Amino acid sequence: MWKWLHPYANPEVSYHLTGRLLPWFSYLTAIFLFVGIVWALVFAPADYQQGDSFRIFYLHVPAASLSMGIYVGMAIAALCSLVWQFKLADASAAAMAPVGAVFTFIALLTGAAWGKPMWGTWWVWDARLTSELILLFLYLGVIALHNAFEDKALAGKAAGILTIVGVINIPIIKYSVEWWNTLHQGSTVSQLGKPSMSIEMLWPFIVCLIGFALLVTTIICIRFRTEILARNSMRPWVKELITPPEGQ
Amino acid sequence: MQFDSISAFFDMGGYAFYVWLSYGVSLGVLLILFLSSKADHNKIKQQISQRQQRENKLREAAKQQQAQANEHHTLNNPQHTSDETNEALS
Repeated sequence: MWKWLHPYANPEVSYHLTGRLLPWFSYLTAIFLFVGIVWALVFAPADYQQGDSFRIFYLHVPAASLSMGIYVGMAIAALCSLVWQFKLADASAAAMAPVGAVFTFIALLTGAAWGKPMWGTWWVWDARLTSELILLFLYLGVIALHNAFEDKALAGKAAGILTIVGVINIPIIKYSVEWWNTLHQGSTVSQLGKPSMSIEMLWPFIVCLIGFALLVTTIICIRFRTEILARNSMRPWVKELITPPEGQ
Repeated sequence: MQFDSISAFFDMGGYAFYVWLSYGVSLGVLLILFLSSKADHNKIKQQISQRQQRENKLREAAKQQQAQANEHHTLNNPQHTSDETNEALS
């Protein structure tokens, strides 16, 4: 049943497949992000209570959801690597970690810049903010472990264990606004069936979310290809791919 | 269009600092991440290519040394070589 998947476990096949997909992801990213951000900044209505500071929402929420989404992806990759010794999974986990860290940083920064005018403070030690900060530290720990060992397989194993232990933080972030009293508001968007957001705000948000998700895909593809090359540099197909300039 | 003028757009209803701080830093950080990811990719390619060049050079040097050693061998044992040459010719 899963046999059609097997060729993609081959680093050479994966390298060329991502190479072919990369231009499409790049163009789609540029289109969606441009439309989404212009829509969010210029055409979306101002909030009746928060005014134009609400425009930070179009960065903050996609960044925060992607920071968690990337972590879940990284954890699935780590699990595949630890359970099935699937080497490419390590490469993809190593490719995801820095992207996730950057999106977590953006979520924290835009949250602070939105919190200052709305709550009167840049930062409070409440459940949502603190657990998101821990997510940043988890990402930094995973990146550090990936770089701590000369042996990439060993590094992948260490980072993978930390990643899987850290998954416990994801439901804590998600439900922190329900479990504890917090300054952070509850979910606005993901209440399916009863949208608590006007359509003129929802559409630019969806375009921004898709745009940022495509950007994540693009950057992870680039980094994944770098990881493949670094881990397979002695293989004949890599040597053939990168022939040194003649006459040297 | 939600703004009457360009200056109203930049003012963001009085929240200019917070909105532009968010958008500015976010886009800046993402741009750095994107460019450094591309740079890393080129760097690893360059490293592999350099190592290949070094290996090729070493292989060439080893071949030359081998050839020299053979020459040396020939000079010292002319009889042996001529035998070999004869063999090859015959």
